[in-house]
Amino acid sequence: MIQYRVLPGPEHFLPPSAASMGICLPNPGEGHINGVIVPEEKAYEEAAKQFLMAKVPTLFPGPLVLWAWNEKAAKKATAIRHLYNTLKECVQPGQTPMLIPMPDYRPKYPKINPEVEINPNHPNLTIWHNKIDCCMFIGVHCHQANLSLKIIRGGTACYTMAMCAQAGHEDAMLSFRDASVEKIMKLAEWVKKLKGTVQPQLTSAKSRASN
Amino acid sequence: MSKERIKISEDLYDIMPSDYQDLVKSATYGKEDRGWKDIGNSKELIEQHSLCAGCPESMAFRYILASLPNPEDTVMVGSTGCTSLVFPMVAVHNIHSLFGNQNAIASGLKRALSVRFPGRTKDVVVLAGDGATVDIGLDMTLQAWFRQEKFTTICFDNELYANTGGQESGLMQKGFVAKMAPVGKLFDKVRLPEIARESGCHYVVQCTVSKPSLVEKVIKNAVMIAREIGPTYLQLYTPCILEIGKNSMEGLQEMRDSEKPTERFAYKEYISEPAKQLLAEMAAKAQEKKAAAKQLAAQGA
Ligand SMILES: Cc1ncc(C[n+]2csc(CCOP(=O)(O)OP(=O)(O)O)c2C)c(N)n1
Ligand code: SF4
Ligand SMILES: [Mg+2]
Repeated sequence: MIQYRVLPGPEHFLPPSAASMGICLPNPGEGHINGVIVPEEKAYEEAAKQFLMAKVPTLFPGPLVLWAWNEKAAKKATAIRHLYNTLKECVQPGQTPMLIPMPDYRPKYPKINPEVEINPNHPNLTIWHNKIDCCMFIGVHCHQANLSLKIIRGGTACYTMAMCAQAGHEDAMLSFRDASVEKIMKLAEWVKKLKGTVQPQLTSAKSRASN
Repeated sequence: MSKERIKISEDLYDIMPSDYQDLVKSATYGKEDRGWKDIGNSKELIEQHSLCAGCPESMAFRYILASLPNPEDTVMVGSTGCTSLVFPMVAVHNIHSLFGNQNAIASGLKRALSVRFPGRTKDVVVLAGDGATVDIGLDMTLQAWFRQEKFTTICFDNELYANTGGQESGLMQKGFVAKMAPVGKLFDKVRLPEIARESGCHYVVQCTVSKPSLVEKVIKNAVMIAREIGPTYLQLYTPCILEIGKNSMEGLQEMRDSEKPTERFAYKEYISEPAKQLLAEMAAKAQEKKAAAKQLAAQGA
């Protein structure tokens, strides 16, 4: 039997949940890449590489950090802004980092404005509109993140990552677990460390994102 | 209780879509005497809607959302129908229930909230169409009232199943022919206000939504009585202009015509004795407050 791997799509309409295909969540101190458990350090390195390779590396902060419902949330928001600023400093000409919020989970119809927000029920609209080829979810409740990650995998070629405050996301292509301010800052450090060592994939990224 | 709980993280404030920024800046969460007069002066708790242009349900939504006494601690329960298309745009916690199940969901929710937040006032308000309330959900509607569940049930009575193209409902008038009910209704409009009274509702009102001040009054009464005493029921005429062949601008007149004393939506109200007492106490307190404010103003002058 071929082992299922969580890879950039478009996989097909309604892709299976990665868990149902045998993908396990990492233990504390670990992450996963494409569904393979790795030491957390490896996940930092790969996440930073993916950001630096992408044409439109994007952070999607969710309600758990956008709303200052406690002190920790506000601190995470500050760390996310720092990570975004670091991305902007470290990318090369032609790369456009973005920071797009997911303020809540209501299925917004008749329309959302994909330029200014992402909605978990049709995240592909924001990915397509902005030609996002690499993204990271931070502060999105788990079930909404998994739903969203599955839709993105089903319909787009975007490389998805999750900085999850709980046990991680098997439906992302790369996932951390137990997210904290320190971990977000550490990822920013890794981006800085790898600055200039990664060749951006500008042409292939464009064709990937337009799928 | 107020907006302290509704703050945007400073470092991400600038990326929040403007509707959320406006909600935090100028919505009337936490305002004690909020009401329909805030419409136009503050951010409404409804962003936009996908109802037909001129649908009176949209007016009803705006007045109700402006009048809820405690929106930040209110959970609304909706059901399938035209109303359910609006809820995604409503900035009050809400749950969409399976068609007809709304009063069962609300019963469990109200009980769970009182266990989870024992010291805090949490209001539950059901808002569903007549098909959901009176036909498919009648069992759940009545059982919640029999059990004296402490929440408000609001029925948007448009006298048919609008969202599915015009089928007959229990609240349809006798003889009415709808697009998908060509034979015409063979029996009378179900007398749900009377049934509500007999089933144990402490406050029952039937009216149209032509007057925002009246909607504000009955919403506030219904929510406060449900909070303190037991179930309350509001049946609001929100005509489906599409199905009765009216234009966008004609919904208001249709309501005015139907609320005349001899018409089927003439104002109707039942109040139980304990509820009357509560309303009297509330009125006395409001009077006291007004007098105190007047005195304070006079002293300052
Ligand atoms: C269990 C179930 N049965 C039937 C339907 C189909 N359905 C959707 S909306 C609707 C009618 C709604 O009528 P009403 O409650 O009066 O609301 P309105 O659209 O008139 O506001 C029906 C029957 C459904 N969604 N779910
Ligand atoms: S179908 Fe009727 S009730 Fe539904 S939105 Fe249109 S006018 Fe309103
Ligand atoms: Mg109806």
